[in-house]
Amino acid sequence: MSRIKSLAGAVLATTLTAGLSTSVLAAAGDPVKIGIMLPFSGIYAQLGEAGRDGLKLALKQQAEQLHGSEVEYIELDTEAKPSRAPELASSLLNQHEADFVIGPVHSGVAMGMIKMLRGKDTIMIIPNAGAAAATGPLCAPNIFRTSFSSWQPSYPMGQVALDKGYQKVYAISWNYGMGRESLDAFEESFTAGGGEIVEKVLLPFPSTNFQPHISDIAATNPDAVFTFFAGGGAIKFVKDYDAMGLRGKIPLLGSGFLTEGTLQAQGDAAEGVMTGLHYAEQLDVPKNQEFREAFNTEYGHYPDIYAVQGYDAGQAIASTINQLEGNISDKQAVINTMEKLTIDSPRGEFTFSKAHNPIQNIYLREVKDGVNVVQSVAAEALEDPARGCKL
Amino acid sequence: MSTELFFVQLINGIQYGLLLFLIASGLTLVFGVMGILNLAHGSMYMVGAYLVWYFVAVTGSFTVAAMLSAVVALGLGILIERLLIQRLYNRNHLDQVLLTIGMIFVFNSLQSILWGNDPYGVAVPDALSGAVPFTDNSSYPIYRIFAALICIAIAVALYFVVSKTRLGMLIRAGESNREMVEALGVNIKSLYTIVFAIGVMLAAVSGIIAAPMRSIVPGMGESVLITCFVVVVIGGMGSIKGAFVGALLVGIISTFAAVLMPTMSNMIIYIFMILVLLVKPQGLFAK
Repeated sequence: MSRIKSLAGAVLATTLTAGLSTSVLAAAGDPVKIGIMLPFSGIYAQLGEAGRDGLKLALKQQAEQLHGSEVEYIELDTEAKPSRAPELASSLLNQHEADFVIGPVHSGVAMGMIKMLRGKDTIMIIPNAGAAAATGPLCAPNIFRTSFSSWQPSYPMGQVALDKGYQKVYAISWNYGMGRESLDAFEESFTAGGGEIVEKVLLPFPSTNFQPHISDIAATNPDAVFTFFAGGGAIKFVKDYDAMGLRGKIPLLGSGFLTEGTLQAQGDAAEGVMTGLHYAEQLDVPKNQEFREAFNTEYGHYPDIYAVQGYDAGQAIASTINQLEGNISDKQAVINTMEKLTIDSPRGEFTFSKAHNPIQNIYLREVKDGVNVVQSVAAEALEDPARGCKL
Repeated sequence: MSTELFFVQLINGIQYGLLLFLIASGLTLVFGVMGILNLAHGSMYMVGAYLVWYFVAVTGSFTVAAMLSAVVALGLGILIERLLIQRLYNRNHLDQVLLTIGMIFVFNSLQSILWGNDPYGVAVPDALSGAVPFTDNSSYPIYRIFAALICIAIAVALYFVVSKTRLGMLIRAGESNREMVEALGVNIKSLYTIVFAIGVMLAAVSGIIAAPMRSIVPGMGESVLITCFVVVVIGGMGSIKGAFVGALLVGIISTFAAVLMPTMSNMIIYIFMILVLLVKPQGLFAK
């Protein structure tokens, strides 16, 4: 009896080791290659680093989901220069044969990458760039986005403005993709609800001589102002608006980037500014607290929205590999799996739309004591209309 | 545009023009009067803004920070002139362009290494933080009035020094004939070191003054450099008066262009410059 038992044990052990060794072999032979195309120098360097750190944290936390696959990172610095994008994307595709390409931050770079990667044998995941075209006319089965479309943060703000009783709004931004698309999205919902855009001003990018326009706003005396500016421009606009005495008299509304990563520099001038975005650092979601602490433990500082978006790109990869039990050689199967994922994001759960853009909540935030405080959910499970996408 | 709004915009234009003059004043001095083409002038503006941001964070006082920054900038100016610029007085402008473009890259990298790439802001000092009533629903910040007054004071001082004092006479004589001035027993080497350092300090001071009104971001130097050259070229090389008038014209024109035709506003000052140069190829106040 005992002999039979030990024989069975031996057979079992052999089968197990055999099974193990093939999977180890497969893993050693085929690491998951993740190409990272983010800006690590230039004005967007901080955003690129945050996205990469978030991505790596997710794949490190969820290593057991990878079924023993090793992860190999290939990091390329885009410098946020659109002209470099096709060449870098091509090297990730052809030379490195990356399974996934994560990038970029800048919408211009996104266009260059899409040109090269659209319909190819790799999965592109955009962890920031909001250009409408990426999940619109240029959408493709192998292109996903874990951030937002330019339309998403601004569209709900039209209804927010109407709910607050504003009828006449002055809209101002830079004359480039994100600026135009943000104002258009706001206008779409605002005018549909009976509001009127009294003035729509598009400044050359990246001009920050706002004072003449703020005087014009004061003279026009609208019920509210809606704007998209980001980074240094956002700081300058909010400070000028306050300095000229308009804060507290004419409410300032914006796409969330107006007060994202800029609050410290804006100081008191940002108090009371209302913005729409798919995330807020103090968002009361258990996953958010857990993520923020884990990120801080790993990197010694708290994450921002760009880290969240990179983190979710990493989660999407890990979950997909898990569901396919480590075999990602069939790219169609990878796409089919990824499309159906529900991502447990620090921003709240989201799924992908047909055009592969997140279907997500947009939160109305108001700056109080230097923090973007969530006031309400401005739009629940908002899906980008994906105009021009044939998927 | 109503009459009231017209005057409001005129004031905005003058205020912007005065700040432009302050940034361009150091360039006029170094480029216009000494004949040195310093493309890194914008970088000095950036250095001033970053220094004052840094010192405000360390000391907590804008006044102390502003003074420290100005002194550091003066020292930096002396260092750059002694180590680098001095070797190029007898070379042509192309060599100066190569050196000073290189300096732009060096300063941008130093900024990135020392202070990172986040955008920063400096709070307006408490004593100047109020505002005076302006129109029905807007007010004019006291700090901006203060900045405009500083610009006027520097303009007057600069004009006085260059055209009325012995120092100014020596500077102008040095530009006309270096060897002759030297032969007359003037230590032109130290004189040029001082003038160059003052030019650097003026750029830094405009960065310091502008810091509470703008955002402190990578690349902020390059954005003002071109406008400064437009101002100096319109005004005429070597003329402080010209730079002053040029700066006000550029300030007022770009303000009205921004409101009346926002999408084209960046182009208008260049069209204006071309028109001026067609009529007066040497600029408005060339000697």
